[in-house]
Amino acid sequence: MIENADQIFVLLKHWLIGFLPTGLQGVAGVLLSVVGIIAVFPTLFALAVWMERKGLARMQNRRGPNRVGPFGLLQPIADAVKSLTKEDIVPLRADAVVHFMAPVVLTVVVFMGVAVLPMGRNMTLAPMDAGLLFFFAMGASTELAVFMAGWSSRNKYSLLGAMRGVAQMISYEVPLLMSSVAVVMITGSLSLDKIVAAQNQYTWGLPHWYIFTPWGLAAFLMYAIAATAETNRSPFDLPEGESELVAGYFTEYSGFKWALFFLGEYVGMLSISGLGTTLFLGGWSAPLASLGWVPSWFWFFSKVLMSIVVFIWIRGTLPRLRQDQLMNFAWKFVLPFTLLDLLVAALWRFMNDSWARWMVCSMILLLAYALMGGVGMSREHFGLRKYRYAE
Amino acid sequence: MLGEGILKGLAETAKNFVGSFVSAERLTTVQYPEERIAPIEATRDFPFLVYDGNDWEAGMRCVACQICEKECPPKCIYIVKSTEKKPDAFGKLQIYPARFDIDISVCMSCQICVEVCPFEAIKMDTEFELSRTDRFGGLLFDRKELSKSNEHYHKIHPTEAAEVDARLAEEKAKADAKAKAAAAAAAAKAAAPAKPVAIPGNPDAKPETGETKP
Repeated sequence: MIENADQIFVLLKHWLIGFLPTGLQGVAGVLLSVVGIIAVFPTLFALAVWMERKGLARMQNRRGPNRVGPFGLLQPIADAVKSLTKEDIVPLRADAVVHFMAPVVLTVVVFMGVAVLPMGRNMTLAPMDAGLLFFFAMGASTELAVFMAGWSSRNKYSLLGAMRGVAQMISYEVPLLMSSVAVVMITGSLSLDKIVAAQNQYTWGLPHWYIFTPWGLAAFLMYAIAATAETNRSPFDLPEGESELVAGYFTEYSGFKWALFFLGEYVGMLSISGLGTTLFLGGWSAPLASLGWVPSWFWFFSKVLMSIVVFIWIRGTLPRLRQDQLMNFAWKFVLPFTLLDLLVAALWRFMNDSWARWMVCSMILLLAYALMGGVGMSREHFGLRKYRYAE
Repeated sequence: MLGEGILKGLAETAKNFVGSFVSAERLTTVQYPEERIAPIEATRDFPFLVYDGNDWEAGMRCVACQICEKECPPKCIYIVKSTEKKPDAFGKLQIYPARFDIDISVCMSCQICVEVCPFEAIKMDTEFELSRTDRFGGLLFDRKELSKSNEHYHKIHPTEAAEVDARLAEEKAKADAKAKAAAAAAAAKAAAPAKPVAIPGNPDAKPETGETKP
């Protein structure tokens, strides 16, 4: 029974396609998995929006949505109905085709990225050998959608938002990739299934997740920062800074196209959390060997939702950065640190498995962090803001 | 060290998050349609017309002097004077408003009409749930909709209403005394000169009952 629970979706799929003739089974299997993903991720999106609204409200000592359904759980459905029934406005001078294509491209690309994530044992839609590469290729394409939206709207706020978005996403793409490269160096594979398999081992009942190594922790932190910036989340939400740019690159979108942007953003957040889970948090593997009986997909999705909680927590805490702070942080702190982390990962790979390895790697990273942080914070354009006239 | 402030901030938000579940006084939100907080005494939104007694039409204090209509900055009051007089709550003959309309959608709640009214006839209400399905006709209140009893006024603004009542009682007492004095004087006048002066063309020499013009 418990083994069945772990493989329930796989078994269900096989049972369903068993009704079809053999020639169609391959296609039907893929289609069924796609339908599964397209059903599950928007549901998670709705859940994430609900969690965000409730969580942020509680952090601000409010109650959050509580009118639609129990605890406001049906609020996303009400929102969906609202955006579906709203008028879809295309600006007169906008490039209608590109304007229409931008949300479509965003949504498609974001869902494509999800396809390579191992969501449970034997639950990868497209188990590619270069899954990580594919994911990043798709992740980078979201910039295209952002720019299409901003450029085609013929609106200065949209354009500024898109410019900011592209600049930010390209800047943080580099540390995002670099921090993942450390994992690839240790695992020796770009296949996400192999990366999970490498972490799905236990010593004294504790997992071999990469976050529990010095280089892994450092890479995870840098990955988390870069992922926050990559998904345009607060404190890196400059491309859609409400106080400056109305809504950034999707200012001119309304109704369901706007909802698609919203969906794309959240599914992007979910998928990048999924990748972070896969790379550093052991993917679908259980946090303790004794918990191995719990279905693997449960672990994957709970880790993803935990990451979402952290995203929300950070959004509730930090104010928005300035553009120069954003760029300085990416190029002068995150990127050098990830490069150093690559070096440490290499050191880890070639040193013997002993306490000395732990000591050396931790010391290098801690020293570098303290030094870079200290130097950076004392620098005028990077550190604490000095007020010349105020105060 | 870098990141220290972020950790402090995260601890702060976490404290608020947990605190909002633990302590009720953190949550200041009032769940409006179910929960209500009593409005403070100085609350005001739109004017209403005060009437004494039980019948709104008979007891209406307004004498259609049209001062409020003239003073109203957004010009949301419309008054039509009656052609005949009728007795008010104190039995005095007064002109009354044949029409008294306030367009609530135009009113800006400035309270100037209340301040200029010499008859304490118009006061500010606290009723705020005024949504209507018809935004033009529905928000144009006629004198029946505007009329509210003095008891209602006492209920929403007790202190102010008590002051107004005291003032009105004082004025009434003064007027009564004056009327009595005038009546007495007239009676004395009628009694003392036994010989009637008999000036013709002065038929209404008898004292009026209570036209008070202070």
